[in-house]
Amino acid sequence: MYAQLVKSDGMKSREEMSPQERAFQDRIDRGEKIEPKEWMPEGYRKTLIRQIGQHAHSEIVGQLPEGNWITRAPTLERTAILLAKVQDEAGHGLYLYCAAETLGVSRDELMEKLHSGQMKYSSIFNYPTLTWADIGAVGWLVDGAAIMNQVPLQRTSFGPYSRAMIRICKEESFHQRQGYDIMMKMAQGTSEQKAMAQDALNRFWYPSLMMFGPSDKESVHSAQSMAWKIKINTNDELRQKFVDQTVPQAEYLGLSIPDDTLNWNEEKGGYDFAEPDWSEFFEVLKGNGPCNKERLGARVKAWEDGAWFRDGLMAHAEKRAAARQAAE
Amino acid sequence: MPETPEMTLNAALFEWLLRMGDNTLILGHRVSEWCGHAPVLEEDIALANTALDLIGQTQLWLGLAGEVEGKGRSADNLAYLRDASAFRNVLLVERPNGDFGQTLMRQFLFDAWHLDMLKALRQSTDGRVADIAEKAQKEVAYHLERSADLVIRLGDGSQESHRRLQAALDDHWSYTGELFVGDEADEQVAKAGIAPAAETLQGSWSNTVGEVLQAATLTAPESSFSHKGGKRGIHTEHLGYILADMQFLQRAYPGATW
Repeated sequence: MYAQLVKSDGMKSREEMSPQERAFQDRIDRGEKIEPKEWMPEGYRKTLIRQIGQHAHSEIVGQLPEGNWITRAPTLERTAILLAKVQDEAGHGLYLYCAAETLGVSRDELMEKLHSGQMKYSSIFNYPTLTWADIGAVGWLVDGAAIMNQVPLQRTSFGPYSRAMIRICKEESFHQRQGYDIMMKMAQGTSEQKAMAQDALNRFWYPSLMMFGPSDKESVHSAQSMAWKIKINTNDELRQKFVDQTVPQAEYLGLSIPDDTLNWNEEKGGYDFAEPDWSEFFEVLKGNGPCNKERLGARVKAWEDGAWFRDGLMAHAEKRAAARQAAE
Repeated sequence: MPETPEMTLNAALFEWLLRMGDNTLILGHRVSEWCGHAPVLEEDIALANTALDLIGQTQLWLGLAGEVEGKGRSADNLAYLRDASAFRNVLLVERPNGDFGQTLMRQFLFDAWHLDMLKALRQSTDGRVADIAEKAQKEVAYHLERSADLVIRLGDGSQESHRRLQAALDDHWSYTGELFVGDEADEQVAKAGIAPAAETLQGSWSNTVGEVLQAATLTAPESSFSHKGGKRGIHTEHLGYILADMQFLQRAYPGATW
């Protein structure tokens, strides 16, 4: 999802755990929240840093595909709504970096790791936004998929992450509605607008399904994360939920999901659907998506171009502190 | 034959409202170009917030302009379907973003004028103008607080930040005078008590700017030369590109609703 393929250091059985680890697991099993200053296994801390960090990076890189249309939004109202949405995303990045900081890693360290490619962000943001309808599709599908993942994470075991998710989810549901509203206008608009809307759905459908990550039924990392309640559902469960929610929405818009095999399965009470092309997913993660270089390049450039700004503020703060000291 | 006084005032008010709305529209557009590219996350948030305020104010000013004009044009019609020569913003706001220092200095020089203008407009004889000013003034007070604070911190920061802020000030300085040069439309509107005369805002602007620059250890250029033209539709080359970007969808798909 916004955090895909987060690795943890394998899973211990109850017998292999130290008494301290066992007591920790018991707290989680009772549904208690873990707070930053409390004891936690090193693996829990590391996994959370990876997951929250990746999530934060996704929020800030996620500004770019939508920012691509801010100056070309078609009306003043759409401009204002999109600005508000992208501003929210930067705000989400901020809460999440703060949540990660409580685990003992600074925002600058996480940024360095993003810039050097050691940490990832969600694969979805490596796809281009080619038309205005893509802004609708991003809100509807990408934020829709994000909500699927984040709603359960409101119950995650780490207090600061859980609280960040509660705030974020409120805003995400507004984002999804604005995306759907754009799609509605386009789907009910001129034949050109309708074609744009269908084209956006065609291009964003499979990348949205990929956001949940490959099947993780067998994954030891996922099993450990689920035991720690850092992850609440399997990737497949969330993907299924997303498809079941989205298909009727597409029907309502009069748009077709680009999957000939899509079919309601009465027995399981959900849709059968085609898997995305996982080789494409792994290529995108490796850096070979359509916009990987532009996205990361833009972030690195913003950071490097901004060095003088950050240094200037620090220099001023030091002068002030020195002046205060001299006055005392 | 001279026009009737009422006609002239209405036309002058329309012209003046376009100036207010085009200033916020074009500056808002420029600021929004930063989205996702700011030097720190807090600045991404602050810039988006500033742009959002300015676009919101544009909706109000251009909405009222359309109403005053009385030809059924909406704020969107005015924003997206006029060509450059019909735009009435000052040249300062269409200047390119440059580095963050240039963006910041442009904002500060404009904010200092903007806040004084809005404060004065709260006493406008036109209640619609006073209402917009009342709302916008709260937002712009914050814009000025923020831009002035950053100008001071970066001007009196490192050698490099000082150099960049001074360069930005030198670059933008000759574009500030236009804010204080009135023409017939300004005079009409001032005479009717709708807005202050353009020249009357210069004193307090100079004081605000002078104090901040002093605290920032920056020096205003000596030259009093001033580029002009925006208020009567003679723009820099930059505006055409802004409009090409901003108006693309409305121009490419005429009549569509979004």
